[in-house]
Amino acid sequence: MLSRRIIPCLDVRDGKVVKGVRFRDHVVMGEIVDLALRYRDEGADELVFYDITASPEGRSVDRGWVERVARVIDIPFCVAGGIRSVDEARAVLHAGADKISVNSPALERPALIDELAAAFGVQCVVVGIDSLRDADDAWRVRQYTGDPTKTQALARKTLDWMTEAQQRGAGEIVLNCMGSDGMRQGYDLEQLSIAREICQVPLIASGGAGAPKHFRDAFIEADVDGALAASVFHSGAIAIPALKHYLHEQGVAIRL
Amino acid sequence: MSVVLVDAGGTNIGSVRYALQRLGVDAALTADAAAIRAADKVILPGVGAAGPGMARLRELGLVELMRTLTQPVLGVCLGMQLLCADSEEGDTACLGLIPAPVRRFVEAPGLRVPHMGWNQLRTQQPHPLLAGLGDDDQAYFVHSYAVPVGDWSLVTSDYGEAFSAVIACDNFHGMQFHPERSAAVGAKLLRNFLKL
Repeated sequence: MLSRRIIPCLDVRDGKVVKGVRFRDHVVMGEIVDLALRYRDEGADELVFYDITASPEGRSVDRGWVERVARVIDIPFCVAGGIRSVDEARAVLHAGADKISVNSPALERPALIDELAAAFGVQCVVVGIDSLRDADDAWRVRQYTGDPTKTQALARKTLDWMTEAQQRGAGEIVLNCMGSDGMRQGYDLEQLSIAREICQVPLIASGGAGAPKHFRDAFIEADVDGALAASVFHSGAIAIPALKHYLHEQGVAIRL
Repeated sequence: MSVVLVDAGGTNIGSVRYALQRLGVDAALTADAAAIRAADKVILPGVGAAGPGMARLRELGLVELMRTLTQPVLGVCLGMQLLCADSEEGDTACLGLIPAPVRRFVEAPGLRVPHMGWNQLRTQQPHPLLAGLGDDDQAYFVHSYAVPVGDWSLVTSDYGEAFSAVIACDNFHGMQFHPERSAAVGAKLLRNFLKL
């Protein structure tokens, strides 16, 4: 049986791992390779690195650390951050990343998803979606969330974009629920459950993990394939081995 | 011992090379027929689609060479599928070294394609490649096409139905998952291959 995945997310800014609350006010959490090795040793199933400064600044991800991570890490990892072309994606994949994730650049130019899927196969192509509920109760997509001064609210509805991204060749969707991100009150189960109904590819929950039960709820109630979290892992509030044993006891298929 | 990685253009070549380095083996990346023929072990990595994968081997003039190798050969992911008879992916004729077909996973409720993540390995036949492999061991898979269960299956895994996770025929071996990304379990299986 396929295991549900526990995925620490390392937000990278200027070569360091950082974390902010509600995508703002970033503080340095540690060195990339040190944290990557720590999570691998603790039993993380996969790692995601987001270069959160890349898209707003219009530059691509610095590849030096991708290769350093690839040399020491023996679990899969995904790199996101300002990948705007097949050539940039190829460079990151050749440096040793297993998957690339696109977010703001795919909103700028949706055909990027088709091009990446054609070049590398859908299994390499993750589409990240930053989503926030508006006053009319609809969830809509946000762009350039790495820099609060540049973040834009789009007219595009989250579920419409999720459908289009899959049609274009997304092999996995990471849904960042911005309303719950950094609050540690649990994943946005309502939004994730609705997204699950239209998501035919693996769906990863992001934003809001604060306690082991939140992971259980995301897996059992929203049926997501993986759960991503950052600050609760970086701070040591949740230890991955204990979390995985708890989930196993709760009947969640997990790799121990 | 000399180990070569056949440079057929897959994006996971770097990762496989690093995994071998962690085991103390510096594998050469090559598309040179003489170097491949002379190696003690040959690994065919691969990520992507079957059609372009075979086209690349043809362009490099390696199809007949691969078919005549007598040393232990390991195909990883797409590399494993290229060792098989044929693939439903683009109706591609493959190398035919392991008499198995490659079929697409059929999507069903709750069965997302690609099959992506860690899944349990179930040993079907003893083999030196599997030394030390336990029943609870898991490996990391990323694929939309799979080899059905048959005489060639050394290890199976389940996703909707059972499929082949490790296959072998004579000196040709294949792993559907990514041993280079399967933590200690993957390292164990790669080490076993290097000892064959």
